[in-house]
Amino acid sequence: MPANRDDTDAHEPAHMHIAVDSAVAHAPTGQIKVRARDVNVFYGEKQALFDVSLDVAERAVTALIGPSGCGKSTFLRCINRMNDTIPGARVDGRIEIDDENVNDKALDPVVLRARVGMVFQKPNPFPKTIFENVAYGPRIHGLTSSKSELEGVVEASLRRAGLWDEVHERLHQSGSSLSGGQQQRLVIARAIAVSPEVILMDEPCSALDPIATAKIEELIDELRRQYCIVIVTHSMAQAARVSQKTAFFHMGRLVEAGPTDEMFTNPRDSRTQDYITGRFG
Amino acid sequence: MLTWIALAALIAFSLFTFRSGRERLVRGLDPAQGRPHSRPGYHGAYVALWAFAPAALLLIVAGAFGGRIEAAMLRAEVPAAVAALDPLQQGVFFDDARAQAHGLPLSQTVYEGGLKAALADKAVEARTLEQGMRLGVLALAALMAGGGFALARRRVAHQFRARNRVEGWIAGVLILSSVVAVLTTVGIIASLAWESWRFFQVVSPIHFLFGREWDPQIAMRADQFASEGAFGALPLFAGTFLIMLIAMAVAAPVGLFAAIYLSEYARPLTRSVVKPLLEILAGVPTVVYGFFAALTVGPLFRAGFNALGAQLAGGPLNDLGVYLMQVQNQMALVAGGVMGIMLIPFVCSLSDDIINAVPQHLRDGSLAMGATRSETIKKVVLPAALPGVVAAMLLAVSRAVGETMIVTMAAGLQAKTTLNPLDTVTTVTVQIVTLLTGDQEFDSPKTLSAFGLGLTLFVVTLALNIIALRIVQKYREQYD
Ligand SMILES: Nc1ncnc2c1ncn2[C@@H]1O[C@H](COP(=O)(O)OP(=O)(O)OP(=O)(O)O)[C@@H](O)[C@H]1O
Ligand SMILES: [Mg+2]
Repeated sequence: MPANRDDTDAHEPAHMHIAVDSAVAHAPTGQIKVRARDVNVFYGEKQALFDVSLDVAERAVTALIGPSGCGKSTFLRCINRMNDTIPGARVDGRIEIDDENVNDKALDPVVLRARVGMVFQKPNPFPKTIFENVAYGPRIHGLTSSKSELEGVVEASLRRAGLWDEVHERLHQSGSSLSGGQQQRLVIARAIAVSPEVILMDEPCSALDPIATAKIEELIDELRRQYCIVIVTHSMAQAARVSQKTAFFHMGRLVEAGPTDEMFTNPRDSRTQDYITGRFG
Repeated sequence: MLTWIALAALIAFSLFTFRSGRERLVRGLDPAQGRPHSRPGYHGAYVALWAFAPAALLLIVAGAFGGRIEAAMLRAEVPAAVAALDPLQQGVFFDDARAQAHGLPLSQTVYEGGLKAALADKAVEARTLEQGMRLGVLALAALMAGGGFALARRRVAHQFRARNRVEGWIAGVLILSSVVAVLTTVGIIASLAWESWRFFQVVSPIHFLFGREWDPQIAMRADQFASEGAFGALPLFAGTFLIMLIAMAVAAPVGLFAAIYLSEYARPLTRSVVKPLLEILAGVPTVVYGFFAALTVGPLFRAGFNALGAQLAGGPLNDLGVYLMQVQNQMALVAGGVMGIMLIPFVCSLSDDIINAVPQHLRDGSLAMGATRSETIKKVVLPAALPGVVAAMLLAVSRAVGETMIVTMAAGLQAKTTLNPLDTVTTVTVQIVTLLTGDQEFDSPKTLSAFGLGLTLFVVTLALNIIALRIVQKYREQYD
């Protein structure tokens, strides 16, 4: 798919044409990977999500957009049960990955999180070497049996994250010695080293400059061939460039979801219209 | 007494001058000229400062040094009868003259003939001098207060920059305070260094640092000054080191694990209760831990080891049994163990702060990879916090090395070069205490050796603290 790297706004006609092409090519073919039904999330007394039901397609990028505080991150964290780590957070409803209920208390979140990788807003390499950062997941999950196998996994992951050429000569330097953009790709390499099925990204480019952002977007586009990706973004342009499906959240509710090109050309809800044209948020 | 009354009067006067200065500005205000440069309060403060500060300084200086000036003036003219005495006796004579003038008890000296007359003369002179000084100081202070007030009040005017002047005064006071703080520290270090230098003139530093025999009490008489055999401090260093090791063996793991629990596992409510409690515990006076060590733990351990020894004696481990039966209340294990308990809150509180400073996004990153909580702590949080934790441990070591009360009460006094935790040992701090308590002659190497020990202790703890602070600094930079 020709990802559009132009920085003008997504709702301009020239871009929509391209977006339509990509949606036609991919959206209908993707089968459902993650299925959320009637998800409600509470932080203590406060309800943050109300009856959210959303389907996320396999081998496609789904963008979550909406004004600040509308619950995008909260929804994302439901998919890998990261809300469990927040004291007082409670999640109701069903979230299925391949027909298996993620929200089932009997399911071990450790196993789940090996299948669902996550990339955060701020690049967070561990205070270890580049190699050890990528080897972290395979080590804790015991995925490799020999040193050479581990090295192979690290190299493959770094290659897939498009970082190998830049770092293969300094694998044993600290991960924090890299630039912000490189760190974010290192974190992506770390996530894909355990061969997850789903990758969640919470504003992965908001701490990066335009060039580093372009690289990450390119990478996301690449990864889409293999993984189911859900990305939270505040940039309409980015949503239009990288995603095939978009979901618009507002005040804890899912307002509408659909193919990205339709959302941007022809939103059904007036709130969506207002948001993507920049009238609020 | 009079000085205090004068100071109180001066304060009252300054309050009056404050109002007066303020009023003068307010009354002289001309609406046509707009707002004055400084608000009225600043003008008042400016006037009050000039009325108060110089006079107060004079009163304080006179209060502190007046006696000495008086004494010096009294000695200006020495009566013939007194001139015949040796300098030491002359000093006693003049002290007695002043004591008589002030109605204080005299020394035991019996004055006769010419001396008696001279004493009476000098006592009268001392009285006149004292009264004259007193009056002079008061008059001068009054003059300075009045003069300062009058001069400063005249400057109060629309465009006068009273605010800047007052700010200057405030900055001056702050600078003065920090200079005092720094100077006293420097002074203490200098005196320590000076006395140590005198000590090292008598005893060579090599011998002091590496000599294996410590028995300073021998060298008390003047003809034994150079008896070097007694000043080898190695046993003290060994004892200090041993007790520090035992203390850290207790405090480091318990403190660190407690900190991990507090920062990673405890609920916020638990933490908000336990953390302040720990900080209170860290402030318990060490003498309390000293009681605990000497009166509770010591006898308990002794009884335990003695009983164990009685079991073993006669068996295959007979020698060990016999040794254990002779163990005393005072032992390194008790002092070190209780010191470790004392250090737990300190280590825990510091480590907790440091672990908490590890950014949450690192934990999230690890958890999101499917790591368990303990894997996250072991592989991500602790490595990230390691430099800070090491620094916390170093600070604890430096406290253990400098701790005095517990070891004085529970470790013993015998200087032995040993690493046996059941032995009685002595530490640098304990020896400083024993060397300097009671009446001492400040010229003998015995007392001077305390300064040698003090300097060594100071250098070691200073080095530890500097290293620790450096590490913490580096560690902070890493995350900002
Ligand atoms: N740990 C928490 N404890 C309590 N309330 C929370 C917590 N995290 C989020 N919330 C609340 O839940 C709501 C949704 O937050 P969320 O972080 O999901 O928003 P968001 O859409 O990701 O916003 P942003 O675009 O600013 O990241 C907000 O009102 C927020 O205040
Ligand atoms: Mg968010």
